[in-house]
Amino acid sequence: MRSIHVRAGSLAAISAPVAMLGDPALAAGFLRPIGPIAEMQLLELIWASVIVLIAVLPVFVGVPVILWRYRRSNNQATYSPQWHFNTKLEILMWGVPTAIVVAFGIWLAQGVFRIDPYRTIDAEMARGMEFEIAGPTVRIDIVGLDWKWLYLYPDEGVASVGEMVIPVHRPVEIRLTSDTVMQSFMAPALAGQIYAMAGMETQLNLIASEEGETLAENTQYNGTGFPQQRGPVRAVAEDAYDAWIASARTAPPLDDRTYGLLAKSGDLAAARDDLDREGSGPFAFTLPDGALFGRVLARYMTGEPVPPETQPGSPTYDPEAARLPAAPHGAGRSVACTPTGPDADAVECPFPDDTHDNHMPGMDHE
Amino acid sequence: MNNLLGRLTWDDVKLFEVFEEFSIDSAVASGAAWVAVLGLVAVLAWITLARRWVWLWREWLTSVDHKKIGIMYIILGFVMMARGIAEGVVMRTHQATALDGGFLSNHHWAELFSTHGTVMIFFVGMPFITGFMNYLIPLQIGARDMAFPLLNQVSLGLTTTGAILVMASLVLGAFETGGWTAYPPFTGADFDPGPGPDYWIWAIVLSGFGSMFSGLNFAVTIYKMRAPGMHYLRMPVFCWTALCTSILLVFALPPLTVAGLMQALDRVAGFHFFTNDLGGNMMNYANLFWMFGHPEVYILILPAYGIFSELTSTFAAKRLYGYTSLVLATMSIAVISFCVWLHHFFTMGQSPTINVAFGIATAIIAIPTGVKVYVWMATLWRGRIRMTTPMVYMAGFFILFTIGGFSGIILANPAINWQVHNTQFIVAHFHNVLLPGLIFGIFAGIHIWFPKAFGFRLDERAGTITAVLWIVGFAMTFLPLYVVGLMGYPRRSAAFADPAFLPYMIVCLLGAFVLLAAFAGLFVTLWISIRNREALLVPLGDPWDGRTLEWATPAPPPHWNFPVIPEVNARDAFAREKAEGKPYVVPQEYRDIHMPPNTSSGFWVMLATTGFGFGMTWHIWWLAVASVISILVWYFIHSFRDHPEVVIPAVEVRRVNQAWIEAIDLGKPITRDHETGTKNRGYAATDMVIAS
Repeated sequence: MRSIHVRAGSLAAISAPVAMLGDPALAAGFLRPIGPIAEMQLLELIWASVIVLIAVLPVFVGVPVILWRYRRSNNQATYSPQWHFNTKLEILMWGVPTAIVVAFGIWLAQGVFRIDPYRTIDAEMARGMEFEIAGPTVRIDIVGLDWKWLYLYPDEGVASVGEMVIPVHRPVEIRLTSDTVMQSFMAPALAGQIYAMAGMETQLNLIASEEGETLAENTQYNGTGFPQQRGPVRAVAEDAYDAWIASARTAPPLDDRTYGLLAKSGDLAAARDDLDREGSGPFAFTLPDGALFGRVLARYMTGEPVPPETQPGSPTYDPEAARLPAAPHGAGRSVACTPTGPDADAVECPFPDDTHDNHMPGMDHE
Repeated sequence: MNNLLGRLTWDDVKLFEVFEEFSIDSAVASGAAWVAVLGLVAVLAWITLARRWVWLWREWLTSVDHKKIGIMYIILGFVMMARGIAEGVVMRTHQATALDGGFLSNHHWAELFSTHGTVMIFFVGMPFITGFMNYLIPLQIGARDMAFPLLNQVSLGLTTTGAILVMASLVLGAFETGGWTAYPPFTGADFDPGPGPDYWIWAIVLSGFGSMFSGLNFAVTIYKMRAPGMHYLRMPVFCWTALCTSILLVFALPPLTVAGLMQALDRVAGFHFFTNDLGGNMMNYANLFWMFGHPEVYILILPAYGIFSELTSTFAAKRLYGYTSLVLATMSIAVISFCVWLHHFFTMGQSPTINVAFGIATAIIAIPTGVKVYVWMATLWRGRIRMTTPMVYMAGFFILFTIGGFSGIILANPAINWQVHNTQFIVAHFHNVLLPGLIFGIFAGIHIWFPKAFGFRLDERAGTITAVLWIVGFAMTFLPLYVVGLMGYPRRSAAFADPAFLPYMIVCLLGAFVLLAAFAGLFVTLWISIRNREALLVPLGDPWDGRTLEWATPAPPPHWNFPVIPEVNARDAFAREKAEGKPYVVPQEYRDIHMPPNTSSGFWVMLATTGFGFGMTWHIWWLAVASVISILVWYFIHSFRDHPEVVIPAVEVRRVNQAWIEAIDLGKPITRDHETGTKNRGYAATDMVIAS
């Protein structure tokens, strides 16, 4: 992983300020990844830049030279006003960009298949990309609210607002949805972004290879509190993770009434006010209902209109009126029903929250 | 009374907001509203005091002359650009203060980035390119006007309607806050029931019809009205780019119009196309929008490519290298541009196969684009380059646009795109292609064709300084955004928390002031040129040793463009005639010329559709219905009335043409050494003869 940071130095070719890339003082982010997926993305950036540079360097060098040499006042230069075609030059002009695009395309396809956000992080992937997996998969459900992220840990029975904590070296399998307008989740030091949309589920897989802290941001504008919708993602050692889970289990429960208040438009501070939580910053809950994520999805899929008063994020939203529907059958997370990888279509999904109902044909992950 | 005004109330009038509750925010909002209102009042007062109303109505507003319509489009573009640039400078000032929150409210900020994008794309970029195509197509293909002159005027009316609605939002109510793309459900009735999204919808839908009609009109004009002998492969490259843009306009605008109308149905009639509930799916909107949105990028840039092509060959005094390659590249860009729209949302959660397909399709567009840049370089190679204003823009374009293309290719890789999507990197990228690409092309084009349209050149020194200011200002304002984008600064964010962004934002702010100076430079150039116009006159019509047919006319050209329709037997017909030493052939025989009559149709369409859009926005239903009925009645009456063509007698045509030819016979051709001097009256001694 160290080697990637060194190679990242070649980015200086794009813009000088990025030269501080290898600098460990730089906050963890896309330019200083703490996980193999983001590392691979940075590597893609570097290679794509190098490949494309072959096509653009002639312009940067050639244009000033030509403009100077063939200036009108230079009587020494050749003047060929009728010259308008040269077969060899044509082949070069079309051939070089084509060759570059072929190389670029192959590189691109490999990268996209390798780090597809829906790809389960398993031993095979770890071998191919040379990283280490130590421990079982952590499953997190993320609900986008105005203007904070709600992280549900159904297996651990805890939830967190404004902060995601993950154990290092363990794959993290994330499902996302929104309980308001569309949002886009990105934790740049770990992986790229993915949209979160109401009534729809998207997925993201990531893993941290070193301890560290990065930001989880919403990058899709969703109202005046948009700049506040970013909070820490902490990749911590196993014992620190266990300690965090244990402390979260002592927090008040995220029951339906609490969820309704939490879903109101407002930043973390406003949520603390609404829920009578002292202090500031992210806070945790115990999660009595492992099916909460499925019920959030189901809110929009009852076949009945959802009036604005019962849609979080709407200016007329009323937490008292907006009860989540009862858990659809099997809405708790079960391995059998989580579409994973190439077998997704073979899995029977008995309830409406997983992929089948509200997806356009092209969106299904095959 | 309440019902008569729909949901419009006194509180929606922005002008007095600042007096009711003072804040920086309301001062900026009310100030902008006052500028809009006072600007309008000042223009109306000036027209009245100068007694120009009749002149304005007869010569301009009712004219169907493609040249005048083209000029009106470009004036509309400049008016809207003034607003767009002002908004840009306010936004940059906000961002320089945005470490943990800037001086504007978040809501006001959101309105600014939404109107700025909408204005710049739809009411600056589109009028500019439509204006150029209007002015140049008939002149370059040897026609007297468009195929459908009246429809042309109606298109201008519809575009103006959109611009009026966007301007009205400055004074009454507020614009939407979901960006120029206006993604639902954020802009749906559940989340934003106010008039903002309705302003957007009707401005876009109504002006969209205008753009589509323009596309039809230009395409038919090029298909059917080329002068005898002007085969497709003899057309100037600008006409090729205009043809491709027209085809794109015809096919790309409908998805946008449909998406806008579906959104209107969602909002007004309780439909569920894009809502959260009842099976609505906002990604369908995203698909429709970008099915328009990506070709739109090429709609805007292709005519600029055309201008750059004409420019390189004219100002390098050399035949265009690789005409066929350039035509092929243009055509392939037009086709492929319809196959890449999904790269605007690689992050939707689709399968990797789809992402790879669209990623590679996007990269493929870079091939013809690269070829174009190389073709222009090869055209300059072994030329005799005059480093005047247009070539300064061209030089800036070469370097900066290539950086934009570079970042574009990077973005085509989904694996990278997942990281920089929705960040400032994107903001840097699209400004990087649209400003040096489209806008530099337009300004270079204005410098070149202004003398053709108005009969005198623009001041060279002021023009060059302005061009340099544009280049420097662009680089300072937008290149730093690449870096903060890579560092994870989301676009459209009113505030940031990382102090590392601050230095970049300050450079951006300084750059924005340079751009403001550059914009002012355009008007300074115009002012200086008008004052010195006696010295800059080029009545003979060919100030740059031009190559295509429009330069073989006086400046400004007569209403009928050509005394007789020219016969074309080669590419760059006029350049060839000059090289062979026999330009300005006197026609054997003059005939009467029939021109389409003036009409006020476009003006009434503009009034009625503005009424309709305004009524729909504010739920003033009687106004909307009355507007639709008035359009129908107007056309009913219009179609039963006689519209006799205007006949220009052969004697008059002969008189005008003979006067011009005699002036040329009396004049002395000047070499390119005197191009920018007072000797240049538009009679060119061509460089080409020297070597060929």
